[in-house]
Amino acid sequence: MTEFNSVYTVHIQMFVISQTDKRPMYLQIMEQIKQRIAVGDWAAGQAIPSIRQLAADIGVSVITVKRAYLELEREGVIVTRQGKGCFVASDSDLGTRIREQELARHLDQAVRSAAMMGLSQKNLEKRIRALYDRVTDEEKEPV
Amino acid sequence: MTDYAIELNGVCKSYRFFELQNIALQLQRGTIMGLIGPNGAGKSTTIRILMGLVHQDRGEVRVLGHRMPQEQIAAKWDIGFASEDMRLYDSMTLGWHISFMKSMYQSWDDLYAQLLLKRFKLRAEQKIKGLSHGQRVKATLLLVLARRPNLLVLDEPTTGLDPVARHEILRELTAVMVEDGRSILFSSHNTQDVEQISDQITFIDRGRIIDSMDKEVYLDRWRRLRLEAPDGVALRALPGVIEIQQTGRLAVAIANAFEPHLPNAYESSGARVRAVENMTLEEIFVANVERSREEVNA
Repeated sequence: MTEFNSVYTVHIQMFVISQTDKRPMYLQIMEQIKQRIAVGDWAAGQAIPSIRQLAADIGVSVITVKRAYLELEREGVIVTRQGKGCFVASDSDLGTRIREQELARHLDQAVRSAAMMGLSQKNLEKRIRALYDRVTDEEKEPV
Repeated sequence: MTDYAIELNGVCKSYRFFELQNIALQLQRGTIMGLIGPNGAGKSTTIRILMGLVHQDRGEVRVLGHRMPQEQIAAKWDIGFASEDMRLYDSMTLGWHISFMKSMYQSWDDLYAQLLLKRFKLRAEQKIKGLSHGQRVKATLLLVLARRPNLLVLDEPTTGLDPVARHEILRELTAVMVEDGRSILFSSHNTQDVEQISDQITFIDRGRIIDSMDKEVYLDRWRRLRLEAPDGVALRALPGVIEIQQTGRLAVAIANAFEPHLPNAYESSGARVRAVENMTLEEIFVANVERSREEVNA
């Protein structure tokens, strides 16, 4: 009985699988785990839910969570210890590394779309600079 | 003990206007399989055969190691089966049904039943005839789940439910899987439900199995490529591509055996790859059924 209760008390409501998000579910789960680590909600070395547990909490198939965990393990974000369960990798820079990866991905996408539009390097730089100024200005302004 | 909760081999069944042809499928223990297909594809017939309710003309059926239909009595103690046409007693209360099931099945888990009553917002004192469709479905599921069977066989468990009720049921089904070794086979028209909770997907159309495999592998094999052809060139369907449509210079190719080198192959034939997109099960469903129908008509 306790097992069944735990399913509902350990509710991980914050995982949201979106139907309008075009990425496969396992990628969405991977990203949300990474976000959790990046913001420090899941600390380095901390135990994380088992595959079956997380699948039940989110309400998705075991195989999907299994795939997300496998990929995260391959990326060095989490580790599985035989018989002990799954843990966030005990790497203190993990949060920074994940944010760094995220930034690299966004920049890559931006540069690709710029190239596809035939935008010059100079032009792209100019737009990034303007954008940077606007965003930092917004942060200075009191809300 | 076999590794399979359900095993069908070479199963055939002929009716006057419908034929189930050479059905082979395997449900591994500890997994959920979603059975999808259009109306009249043979989903319910397949389910009735594996429950021993309809006898196959030919072929072998094993459920939890028991041969069906011969050993269905032994098998059914450990199978929870629910379908649309299953009736509860209208003039009796849900509580009466609960006591009845409790007296029948030693495996009955009263605490779990109480928990499900609360989660499904049902009341034991309520008579069945006063329940809405959604409440009836939930009541039936409660009666099946609280027996804690090793295998659940559910024919269209989410049909006709509102989004909230559908969600509650999907959640309950995935919660069952926390325990090792429990298996679920369910049929649905709702590709979203199947995509969300199943480990295995089996596609049926016109009495035949078109595909049956691991969901992640299956979704990964399908891609939509948005291509731009050089002027005046009609792009071909390269290996792995089942369909290509082109209007002017823009083309859309659907691959059902996608390999990472496929975009490169198009690039080297002079096309530009504008996007490589994943497909939802719904999109795959439609593409697959259309293709299988073209094959039949050809």
